[in-house]
Amino acid sequence: MDAISFWILATILVLASVLVVGQRNPMHSVFLLILSFAALAGLYILLGAPFAAMIQVIVYVGAIMVLFLFVVMLLNAPTEEATSGDRIRRMFGAGPRHFGAVLSAVFAVELALALIRLASMPMPSADRGAPVATVYDIGLRLFHDYGFAFEATSVLILVAMVGAIVLARREAR
Amino acid sequence: MPEPTLNSFLLLSAVLFAIGTAGVFLRRNLITILLSIEVMLNAVNLTFVAVDRFRGTVDGQIIVFFVITVAAAEAAVGLAILIALFRHRESLNPDAFTSLKW
Repeated sequence: MDAISFWILATILVLASVLVVGQRNPMHSVFLLILSFAALAGLYILLGAPFAAMIQVIVYVGAIMVLFLFVVMLLNAPTEEATSGDRIRRMFGAGPRHFGAVLSAVFAVELALALIRLASMPMPSADRGAPVATVYDIGLRLFHDYGFAFEATSVLILVAMVGAIVLARREAR
Repeated sequence: MPEPTLNSFLLLSAVLFAIGTAGVFLRRNLITILLSIEVMLNAVNLTFVAVDRFRGTVDGQIIVFFVITVAAAEAAVGLAILIALFRHRESLNPDAFTSLKW
């Protein structure tokens, strides 16, 4: 596995994600999220998962993010209004939001501590004979062992489609 | 540059997940909150693919496929709700929707 490309992609991924969350304009957030998804697709390729990388690009960037972009444009991208007070106060506002900020910081520290205590586990790499998961293998597993789940997914998509139309429809008067 | 181990991938996805949680808690724009949820879903997907690679199986990638499908359904329904809400209040601030507050 290429160490340099891992670190470059990981840096892009984390920076773009931080900016997605830190952005006030949802339009910029959507574009930065597309960048972070592209970096993630690169990581999937490093992990020998070209199928995951492709559906990441096609479904996530090509479909879901375009949907988000449509909605941001449709609603004329209302930027988040700034609250009064200094910067720290704005970040960690009052009441439940303050609690939420503390909670997510504690969560991050907890996860990092748990992972640091794990023993280092080297990744099997392609030049040491680790196979790349081909679409053939995945398709075989998907339609044999996960056939029912696959069919259930199609029902889920249908329900989501009907639900989205019903929810977003203007009521007839 | 140290060779990335399974731990580096897990740590990276933990960082991403924490960023997503912070976004959900700190932002006051429903679109950004939905985007933060997408960041969290992707952190989990990264874990699945990394562990998959580590174990030499393909089941994780199949679960990633299902997660992406569910994320698509979630985005469609979530954005439909968002449009309906925006029609009611002309606002995307979650603090504007307090009718159900006790």
